[in-house]
Amino acid sequence: MSSETTILVALLLPVLAAVSCLLLGGGLGRPNLRDIATPLIGACTFAAVWRLAGDVLAGGRPELVLFEVLPGVELAFQVEPLGLLYGLVASGLWIVTSIYAAGYMRGHHEHNQTRFFTFFALSIFAALGIAFASNLFTLFLFYEALTLLTFPLVTHHGTDEARRAGRVYLGILLFTSISFLLFAILFTWRLTGTIEFTPGGILGADTSSGMVTVLLLLYAFGAGKAALMPFHRWLPNAMVAPTPVSALLHAVAVVKAGVFAILKIVIYVFGLDLLAGSNASLSLMTIASFTMLMAAVIAIRQDNLKARLAYSTISQLAYIVLGAAMATATGVLAGGMQIAMHAAGKITLFFCAGAILVATHKKKVSELDGLGRTMPWTFAAFFLASLSIIGIPPLGGSWAKWYLMVGALETGFAWQAAFLGVLMLSSLLAVFYLMPVVVRGFFAASPSAGPSGSAGGDRKPLAEAPFLCVAPLVLTALLSLALFFVAGDLVTLLNF
Amino acid sequence: MIEKILVLEVVLPLLAAPVCVLVRHPRFCRLFSLGVVAACFAIAVALLVEVRGGGVISYELGGWPPPLGIEYRVSTVNAYLLALVTSMALVVFSFDSRGGPPRVPEERRHLYYAVFLLCISGLLGIAITGDAFNIFVFLEISSLSSYILVSLGGHRRAVMSAFYYLVMGTIGGVFFMLGVGLLYQATGTLNLRDIAARLEPSLDDRGTVLALALLVVGISIKLAVFPLHHWLPNAYSFAPPKVSAFLAATATKVSFYLLAMVLFTIFGAPFVFEELRLQAVLLPLSILAMFLASGAAIFQTDLRRLLAYSSVAQIGYMTLGLSTANATGLAGGLVHLFNHAVMKGGLFLVVACLLYRVGSVHIDALAGIGRRMPLTSAALVIGGLSLIGVPGTVGFVSKWYLVSGVLERGWTAAAVLILLSSLLALVYVGKVVEVLYFRKPAETQPIDHVREAPLGMLAPAWVLAAAAVFFGLTTDWTYGVAREAAELLLAGGI
Amino acid sequence: MNLPEALSGLWAYWLLIALMMVGLYIVIARDNLIKKVMGLNIFQAAAILFYVTMAKVEGGTAPIVPGGADHGAGHGGHDVLYSNPLPHVLMLTAIVVGVATTALALALAVRIHGDYGTSEEDEAVAYDMGHG
Repeated sequence: MSSETTILVALLLPVLAAVSCLLLGGGLGRPNLRDIATPLIGACTFAAVWRLAGDVLAGGRPELVLFEVLPGVELAFQVEPLGLLYGLVASGLWIVTSIYAAGYMRGHHEHNQTRFFTFFALSIFAALGIAFASNLFTLFLFYEALTLLTFPLVTHHGTDEARRAGRVYLGILLFTSISFLLFAILFTWRLTGTIEFTPGGILGADTSSGMVTVLLLLYAFGAGKAALMPFHRWLPNAMVAPTPVSALLHAVAVVKAGVFAILKIVIYVFGLDLLAGSNASLSLMTIASFTMLMAAVIAIRQDNLKARLAYSTISQLAYIVLGAAMATATGVLAGGMQIAMHAAGKITLFFCAGAILVATHKKKVSELDGLGRTMPWTFAAFFLASLSIIGIPPLGGSWAKWYLMVGALETGFAWQAAFLGVLMLSSLLAVFYLMPVVVRGFFAASPSAGPSGSAGGDRKPLAEAPFLCVAPLVLTALLSLALFFVAGDLVTLLNF
Repeated sequence: MIEKILVLEVVLPLLAAPVCVLVRHPRFCRLFSLGVVAACFAIAVALLVEVRGGGVISYELGGWPPPLGIEYRVSTVNAYLLALVTSMALVVFSFDSRGGPPRVPEERRHLYYAVFLLCISGLLGIAITGDAFNIFVFLEISSLSSYILVSLGGHRRAVMSAFYYLVMGTIGGVFFMLGVGLLYQATGTLNLRDIAARLEPSLDDRGTVLALALLVVGISIKLAVFPLHHWLPNAYSFAPPKVSAFLAATATKVSFYLLAMVLFTIFGAPFVFEELRLQAVLLPLSILAMFLASGAAIFQTDLRRLLAYSSVAQIGYMTLGLSTANATGLAGGLVHLFNHAVMKGGLFLVVACLLYRVGSVHIDALAGIGRRMPLTSAALVIGGLSLIGVPGTVGFVSKWYLVSGVLERGWTAAAVLILLSSLLALVYVGKVVEVLYFRKPAETQPIDHVREAPLGMLAPAWVLAAAAVFFGLTTDWTYGVAREAAELLLAGGI
Repeated sequence: MNLPEALSGLWAYWLLIALMMVGLYIVIARDNLIKKVMGLNIFQAAAILFYVTMAKVEGGTAPIVPGGADHGAGHGGHDVLYSNPLPHVLMLTAIVVGVATTALALALAVRIHGDYGTSEEDEAVAYDMGHG
């Protein structure tokens, strides 16, 4: 199989998954087969992307040009290290999530499961399209597709609340992408006559500093999925979706699509040299730092577990934007790493939140007292993933934070120390919003243990969520541990 | 050979109309008119293939050479229009409306087909003829027949709308006729190319400026340029659904061609856009149309009315492309003719499907229909996405070139406004989609009896929905042709 | 060209413009549909007269070739000055269009009267408001 076909196969497998969901779940009425087919096809997708990794590591850049859409604008794909990493993360975690989702959707007795799985698979298709896009048009095409395909997942419950959230979701994401991102793309097209991703950037060195700043901000806010403040409100709203959606899409695929786009644009449209040479990036770094701290502070005040995690995501995404804005090799490396590290960590946290919901129907942090004793696996996984998000060795997240700090020191700005401080403060805040969950779970007294104390005494039987929910979260927790030890490979991959 | 069949493009539907009147058999008339339209489409495609790349085909009517005789002349611009009108007519005619318009009894249905054919003949005539007064005649043929078609809608307000449309249309037609008269006075000829060659427009020559003003206002009424659009929402929302689809997809498009032809071929871009600076009026009006009409669409509770207001806004995009007066922007406006025809035609056909099954397209009646009529609703979603301009649909292609053209002109603010206005489309499309899929049907209006629309209705609607995606991804035959046409127009040719 | 000159030299045009405005005013100001149609007719007639006026050549006669066999003006020694016949011919078509428009408008007015029981626009609108 040539690498060209491999790209096509990797892209089309999720579509196949969607079709098979539709057929097995809808037409043929075989939900069990449907739930087996999805992870299987997911594994195939991952294998296809993995195959591309070999080529990319060997220095190749597999390409696939489908056809010319407008004169000079092609629907085309090219796999480069950053896209490969994002593709690996999205397709790899899709396997785990589809298993988890099967457990969750059944355990929680959700309706419309077939529609759910179909759109889920299609969203992965769009995410892979973004990962492999070789020009801004293709990126934009799949970026918008991802927004629209995830919309039915956000409004899945069909309640008033879900519909309102769906409106905010579509409104903000399409508003930013159409009025900022598309405008920036058209402006780039006007300036340079091309929108191909080119190593070293396509904007000429003579582009004025003011123009670079404006364009950079347009791109950064235009990629609204990166949830930079003040365009972040869609993400907490998206939490009305079933938890597997929050886990894979709103902690991994969708939000990473935003920051991935920013990273990619910084590297291949602006070029690191152009950005480093202008002071454009300082404004973006400031916005990223602000988002990082504000979101963390808000997260501490959230009682709803998923909302807390959502704000944590906003904060953690800003790390990646910060890395991109540094416009240094280390910054970009850190950004790329954070994509993978945060993905593994945050998906675990959401899996845990979902498992708690399925097992106990509890959504609030303040209700979690003592649950750790009945759900030890879940809470242990939550603990590990929290450490990774905070950035404590030996968990994967620590490497991303480490490189980010190194990157901050490398930038030539006079107040590099300030950004260093921001990073440290943000990690500290992460301790405050994540650790209470673990502490309450393991150490607080269970409220029901008191007056209605049953004959079983204080040793209560385990009451974990279904196996299909717990196994994936343990797996991803271990993954974030493992990522600490394979970080070297990631560095090799991203050092292009 | 190709010159000989050129004239058939107009003559075929013109002769087919009396045949329908004579034969009187509704089923025959339906199939016969479908066949005629298909033949016209084939001819139009053959012409387009022939003239692409700068060819011109000319036919002298009755053997009289121009400027004495009437010349039928087809270049890329005309051929593009012919292909647009006939393709849309073909799709709309193949739509099986199960019993024709509500106001027409079975024994008179042949007249309905005859009028429809006359309307097509008029529209094609406008696009094909090279004679100014001949244009007026065809304009009135198409207008008169469209007044009749609009009046056939089921609701009594259809007749009222048709009357209002007639009054407005006649005023527009007379303005146009006066403009042609002034041009004749100035140049002594009615042949378009002759007029263009002899006319030396200048601001000092009041007769010419007046001619331009009369022509522009007259055509603008027929085109429903904001603020001369008031006839359109009523006409489109009360006409029989099939007629709405046809008129939305073709009538305004031909008027747009006429406007472009007057501005670029007859008066010439240098005079209109550099001396007279028409864009100082046209650009603000276009932007106002985009915002006010889209804004009005948001507040409509009837799907047809919503789409009609959206049409007014979309016409704003077209005239915006016109006012850039550069190849990219004008091509963007021209390609939007076809693109908008595809999406709006498709959406009105979807409306026809919904009307047939649900009985109403009031927004409250559509709650939960997404599940009962999944294919129809999916076609509506595609059309809606296209209106917003999501990449991968035709709407995006239009927007891409319109914004590029505007940026080329250096109008950055206008570019931002175009993009912002598409968000209004997001609101009104989102409103409908949300109702279709996520709102529970009202207790008083059970929808259990609602079934998917029959294939004869669904297939044409889906052809246009599929075209909205197909031509959003391959643009050689849409943008490629539009670009050629735009360059031709800018060079003063037709 | 100053104003008095414009008035005197082009008096026919001023008259036509006045006629046209009368027609337009009736269309806009009258609620009765039949009167609207009449206004429209006056409006059209003004445009038709404009063409006819335009065709007039000072001192020209009706464009009828005398003496059947003798084709065209300027032959046979006698120069005859004709009015321009082309606008007249065009107006034949325009009159036909006008008649068709009027017929259709009247037909619609009959229909409206049948549906609403009135030929007054304001009453019809009020009826629609009342009955949805």
